[in-house]
Amino acid sequence: MTETNISTKGSDWGYAPAPESADHFKLKEQYGLFIGGKFVPAGSGRRFATINPANEKTLAQIADAGEKDVDKAVKAARTAYEKVWRKMPGRERGKYLYRIARIIQERARELAVVESMDGGKPIRESRDVDIPLAAAHFFYHAGWADKLGYAFPGKSAGPIGVAGQIIPWNFPLLMVAWKVAPALACGNTVVLKPAETTPLTALLFAEICQEAGLPDGVFNCITGAGSTGAALVKHPGLDKVAFTGSTDVGKAIQKSLAGRSTKLTLELGGKAANIIFEDAAIDQAVEGIINGIFFNQGHVCCAGSRLLVQESVEQEVVEKLKARMEHLIVGDPLDKNTDIGAINSKAQCERIQDYLKVGQDEGAELFQTKCPVPEKGYWVRPSFFTKVAQSHRIVQEEIFGPVLAIQSFRTLDEALEKANNTPYGLSGGVWTDKGAKIFKVTRGIKAGVIWANTFNKFDPSSPFGGYKESGYGREGGRHGLRPYVELS
Amino acid sequence: MSGSGENMKSGRLDVRKTYKMLIGGAFVRSESGRALDVNAPGGKWLGHVCRASRKDFRNAVVAARKAASGWANTTPYLKGQILYRAAEMLEGRATTFREVLQSIGLSPVAAKTEVTQAIDLLVYYAGWTDKYLQVFGSVNPVSSPYFNFSVTEPMGVVAYVSGEKRPLLDLVTGIAPIVAGGNTVITLSTGRAAVPAMELGEVLATSDFPHGVINLLCGVREELVGQMATHMDVNALVTQGADAKESAASREACALNLKRFFPREANGKGDEDPYRILDTVEIKTTWHPVGG
Repeated sequence: MTETNISTKGSDWGYAPAPESADHFKLKEQYGLFIGGKFVPAGSGRRFATINPANEKTLAQIADAGEKDVDKAVKAARTAYEKVWRKMPGRERGKYLYRIARIIQERARELAVVESMDGGKPIRESRDVDIPLAAAHFFYHAGWADKLGYAFPGKSAGPIGVAGQIIPWNFPLLMVAWKVAPALACGNTVVLKPAETTPLTALLFAEICQEAGLPDGVFNCITGAGSTGAALVKHPGLDKVAFTGSTDVGKAIQKSLAGRSTKLTLELGGKAANIIFEDAAIDQAVEGIINGIFFNQGHVCCAGSRLLVQESVEQEVVEKLKARMEHLIVGDPLDKNTDIGAINSKAQCERIQDYLKVGQDEGAELFQTKCPVPEKGYWVRPSFFTKVAQSHRIVQEEIFGPVLAIQSFRTLDEALEKANNTPYGLSGGVWTDKGAKIFKVTRGIKAGVIWANTFNKFDPSSPFGGYKESGYGREGGRHGLRPYVELS
Repeated sequence: MSGSGENMKSGRLDVRKTYKMLIGGAFVRSESGRALDVNAPGGKWLGHVCRASRKDFRNAVVAARKAASGWANTTPYLKGQILYRAAEMLEGRATTFREVLQSIGLSPVAAKTEVTQAIDLLVYYAGWTDKYLQVFGSVNPVSSPYFNFSVTEPMGVVAYVSGEKRPLLDLVTGIAPIVAGGNTVITLSTGRAAVPAMELGEVLATSDFPHGVINLLCGVREELVGQMATHMDVNALVTQGADAKESAASREACALNLKRFFPREANGKGDEDPYRILDTVEIKTTWHPVGG
């Protein structure tokens, strides 16, 4: 491989800035809570700022919901459930979801730009992945609303009631869709708590519900930090809690629900192994590694954060990976050329920096690209560690950033042994040209989603969710309906 | 058990049975050396059963884990045949089981019903082993050039706490869907239900289940449920007939490693239900490119 010095040539060829415009819509200065179909201030009058992590500027003031606000939202959802939504024929429920899907498509560019401003992800991803998939999720689930009788052979499916849903900051609107679409399709009503660093698209989604004419109280959105989420989980009026986030918080939620009949599904952390065999198409595999760990700044629960590469090709893969990484552009999330945007928050940025230090203290060797990063905002250069041991924290713990841990293996069995040696089991990847080997590995990895010769692909019809400490329950597909129905 | 009490009938002394637990294919006493008395409803002493310790449970988990991958990879056809074989063995010992159930207080009619239902339940789940994946798996129509499908996979090691109401049937209704789903299991039977449970060990041991796939313990519920819920190498806990306090404690303890937890009411409903198989399997989705 003689072309690995291409990176030095590449630096001669800069890209002209190509920023996406943000002048075709206007954010409000402040947003209220969305309860019973109306935007209302928090009872306490408290607000917090949501900022753009790429320049640390405030985007809007957001209402901070307390216990009383949570109570109002749950009651609004209960009323809507009993009086309207559970009685509505599935076909009509479905038509509301179709409307929502259409309006998301219509407002797609606005949603994409706001998503990138509020969360820091590159516009290329919010425009091409997050927003289209969110619309697709509503379109897919809309069609289930009047067909639930076919989803569960031998059983009839009814709604559960009021669902409290708590979502993370890495795919803000997409997580709204993953949670809300199946819940509403199955006849439940919702109180949603978006992450405090990325509330904007959830609030725009509330506007979309108004535009769609969704009956008041079917969807409610309460903004706030962890204490708002805790108040929601504690509320006795919930029949169901769905949470996506860290494993620690997921466990705490399960504990706090002990003794109650409230149903629970959890989509938690991961530490996926991406396994590269010597017979893989190496250049494709390198692209897959890049997509696996650097997609969305590595803020992905199913990220391929551990690379397991067969010893015979380790050096080649690492060299090609370095060369490829040097081409990644870190910077303005709104620039169409940007590959890696801003780290979502100061706290997350510090957490990642801490892991970079931990990894080196543990004896691993750090590689970071040399690309420039903006002065303001939160940034981490694409990074990987070599010389890591299975017991290292950077191998066992979820970093949730653009940091890859590279290990090697000799045999297939050793690869599986290492892949499965974490408490997590959300996803995994395998790269080889041998079909039989693919399926041996996909069967062997104890995880809920396995990508063969690809990585980080999503679809509304494809069930997603974890084994072991990555949580339980599935989202998407027929299996994703199960958490939102009562079977009899 | 001491049986009819007519020990010297026909001038010959009966040979009693020592009831042992089944762990890793071996019939063993509790490592703790402890025993429990079993009495008939009238108070008459029937005999001893083991009082399993937490160490016994840990040993059983080791045996179950060792057997897990082999059983998970056993073909559905063979799993079905082995479950069916268990039904054959139980049918062959139906009379004994009826006597055992009567000795611990069931009426002749109830005893007969339990035994026949237990046999039929094994046949029922034997028939599911090569079907539930087809019914509950899926090929997913993703809007990109990938072949995408979802299959069921066993969770691994499951702990099951059986009820006492239906001493034999509660145990079989727990075990059958768990092992039909490809998991290995450690069961706990308590009180009078320990007697038919230990008797069932002899049926299962002659049904071609590989060692460690089914491990039967008996003991004191309060002493062991907490250990079953907190054990880090157990993937799921299924309980029958828990009270509200125990279920709350178990749900909280299961959070330790996010063990899946399924408390079931001991009302006899849903014995024949393939969705019980789904409780202790995971759904795995695989993406594979379609193209040149």
